[in-house]
Amino acid sequence: MKYTLSVNGKSMTADVSADTPLLWVLRDALGLTGTKYGCGVAACGACTVHLDGHAVRSCQVPVASVARQKVTTIEGLSRDGTHPLQRAWRELDVPQCGYCQAGQLMAAAALLAKTPQPSDAQIDEAMSGNLCRCATYLRIRAGIQRAAQLMATGAPKPSGVSQGSGGGR
Amino acid sequence: MTPLPLEPAIDRRTFLRVSALAGGGLLLAPVLEPLDRALAAAGAGATGATALGEFIRIAADGTVTIVAKNPEIGQGVKTMLPMLIAEELDADWASVKVEQAPSDPTRFGDQFAGGSRATPGNWDGMRRVGAAGRHLLIAAAAATWNVPESECSAAASTVTHGPSGRKLGYGKLAAKAATLPPPDLQSLTLKDPKDYTLVGTPRAGVDTPAIVTGRPLYGIDVRLPGMLYAVFEKCPVFGGKVVSANLDVVKAQPGVRQAFVVKGGAELNGLLDGVAVVAESWWAAKSAREKLEVRWDEGPAAEVSSEGLAKRAAELAGATPTRSLRKDGDVAKALAGAAKTVKASYAYPFLSHATLEPQNCTARFDGGKLELWSTTQTPQPGRELVARTLGMDGKDITIHLVRAGGGFGRRLSNDYMAEAAWIAKQVPGTPVKLLWTREDDMRHDFYRPAGFHHLEAGLDAAGRLLAWRDHFVTFGEGERFAPSAGIQPTEFPSRFVPNFELGASVFPPLVPTGALRAPGSNGLAFVFQSFLDELAGAAGKDPVRFRLDLLGEPRVVSEPDGKAAYDAGRMRAVLERVAERSGWGRRTLASGTGLGVAFHYSHLGYFAEVVEASVVADAVKVNKVWVVGDIGSTIINPLHAENEAQGAALEGLSHAMAQAITIDRGRAQQSNFPEYELLRHAQAPPVDVEFLKTDHAPTGLGEPALPPVIPALCNAIFAASGKRVRSLPLSREGLRWG
Repeated sequence: MKYTLSVNGKSMTADVSADTPLLWVLRDALGLTGTKYGCGVAACGACTVHLDGHAVRSCQVPVASVARQKVTTIEGLSRDGTHPLQRAWRELDVPQCGYCQAGQLMAAAALLAKTPQPSDAQIDEAMSGNLCRCATYLRIRAGIQRAAQLMATGAPKPSGVSQGSGGGR
Repeated sequence: MTPLPLEPAIDRRTFLRVSALAGGGLLLAPVLEPLDRALAAAGAGATGATALGEFIRIAADGTVTIVAKNPEIGQGVKTMLPMLIAEELDADWASVKVEQAPSDPTRFGDQFAGGSRATPGNWDGMRRVGAAGRHLLIAAAAATWNVPESECSAAASTVTHGPSGRKLGYGKLAAKAATLPPPDLQSLTLKDPKDYTLVGTPRAGVDTPAIVTGRPLYGIDVRLPGMLYAVFEKCPVFGGKVVSANLDVVKAQPGVRQAFVVKGGAELNGLLDGVAVVAESWWAAKSAREKLEVRWDEGPAAEVSSEGLAKRAAELAGATPTRSLRKDGDVAKALAGAAKTVKASYAYPFLSHATLEPQNCTARFDGGKLELWSTTQTPQPGRELVARTLGMDGKDITIHLVRAGGGFGRRLSNDYMAEAAWIAKQVPGTPVKLLWTREDDMRHDFYRPAGFHHLEAGLDAAGRLLAWRDHFVTFGEGERFAPSAGIQPTEFPSRFVPNFELGASVFPPLVPTGALRAPGSNGLAFVFQSFLDELAGAAGKDPVRFRLDLLGEPRVVSEPDGKAAYDAGRMRAVLERVAERSGWGRRTLASGTGLGVAFHYSHLGYFAEVVEASVVADAVKVNKVWVVGDIGSTIINPLHAENEAQGAALEGLSHAMAQAITIDRGRAQQSNFPEYELLRHAQAPPVDVEFLKTDHAPTGLGEPALPPVIPALCNAIFAASGKRVRSLPLSREGLRWG
């Protein structure tokens, strides 16, 4: 079956079976490999993308159910890698292996879009479905807080790496 | 860049070095030998960039490319090793590009990720490579200006002639530098660490920009023209054989190109029997696999269960150890005369690595040659396994090293490489990406071995530890331990107790075991540091005081041959410091809240950690963790080091709370994250990290920060609630995260 999807603002067509999860349409049919496979059962969050701005687990979304909803993936989070979360992630060097980070960023972006100044409890709640096997949770939390700060202050461009000891305290 | 001409012949010294790699033993001298050759291979590449040996290329515009030789699995080595070269090269880090090396020990020396070895094994060699480059560039500038080299200095990719102030960028000097005779690596003078401008400063990972924008990086992201996708079903029972399979049904599924039975061998870490399905998409392959019906000969492992293993372990515990590993003094006599004796039994379970990126490998077999894209931690043993499995010569196999979504020791085994290679050979000319499901990954791991310890100790009237006996019941056969199931006779508190006995009894598990981050230590630290806490209680002493008394005066304790050195002074220092940072003994804690302490030496690192936990009924909340480590004089990249130490501590909490692989009828009963829980955001406490810098060469950080946190947590639970945990995970002891 041919499906036409709106992905990162572009119309894209994939010829796949109707039960194919959006995750595999993105990765294998459309070549957008930023979205990751971790568990296939919505237990790890590595495959998180946005459907009309809501964070969803793309391993659980059959392509046939996407219809006209707008799909945003990590490749489309910003045009040039300057989303405040991406800046904060670079500044604090959040990743270790980095495999979960696309999902973390997409979950965090959906949170900040709705709650620009999240409390710790709100961060915990929004991010609880995203596992990090390297356990970079402290940097992720600091990264979300830093991005919220960048958004609140008109997002001056961070100038490279922080000279401090990084986030996570 | 075009590979530089190198003699492909393997000389005797190289052969010896490769043998050492296969055996896991590593020495600095063999690392330097290929570096000398690599350096001698300087010359102009086809792209116009100039190569200074295998590790450094400098383009005419001054761009410096540094080759990162080791597999990157999240430990930061792709940033750290090039930093060492760039520091001594005096390259401007902002203009440095880092390139991942392929697997080629003749060009890059040892290439592997394991044992926290990258820093101690390369600290000297990589800096010398950089210093050699700087030496050549300065010599080129001096020759250009016709001045003495001693009047020239380098900084930020530029050589300056002091007296005249003339400057030349590295891009202008590279071509000339490449024509000069390379210096002897050993005779080079390295910088005084106080002059470092890069090493010791916080630097973001070189792949971080690609990670945060979702660019293809990982093994799972490899895409080649015309590529097919494969899944591989193995017997759910370890080592089971295929009797028959309904291949016709599978081949008739949409998108399927091939399905075949694979006849494997007996090596659990090699190619095993199974059924491969090759399709136009991974989803098609996986969907077709759901129609697959295989008749298995489950073999002898089908009888294995966790209950059965525990029962056998208990039987062995009741008998004399089959192996005596160490005997100091007279334990029986000391126990008979002790003022107090304490006995306890401890146990820990099998664990899975659960790398978030499931095992995968892309392979293309064409014209008798094989090309692999692999996340392996051990490329050279991987090459040897694949060559053996396919009956090929290792030199006909090219291995591209691709960033791994976590390693933790899982990718020390190369079973998935052998599978991908075998499958690719059935579809010559067509690249195939083999990707395991999460369920495959958890059911076919090399598990951290379970272990059982039966301990007895005696204290004198002053509360000093007089006698210690451990009967370790573990896996193995005869005189051999199963992978990662062993113990060293020098493991602490060996050599710190006058009367000491360590015995072991082994039995074969029929379950594949292997190294998980801080292998051995991740179980032993829990047992020994928890039991020491019990002894501190019996002695009526503060747990930190008791441990300091046990460590005794600062001194280095080693075997008569000088090996297995344990620096009591370094351990005392981290223990005293972590007590200070955590406010040990100086804070009033609320009822139901307690502090626990533990220390452990592994992988050349000394770590002491304190956990503050609150326990309300069955709910455990970790309020904070303090980590103090001594891994030598220099923290090469402090930005990553803090992250990695925090991650190690949090991973330890993850092990302790809820993780266990249990076996039933020869099968792992857990297959995905709902049954094998990782720590989540809300459960992650703050982790305070401090490194004590001491006058020792820097050592690795991947592993040694993990082990102490587990007993520190258990000891905190005891301090908070009076509940002594002697078996992991906590969830099976009636506890949960609060």
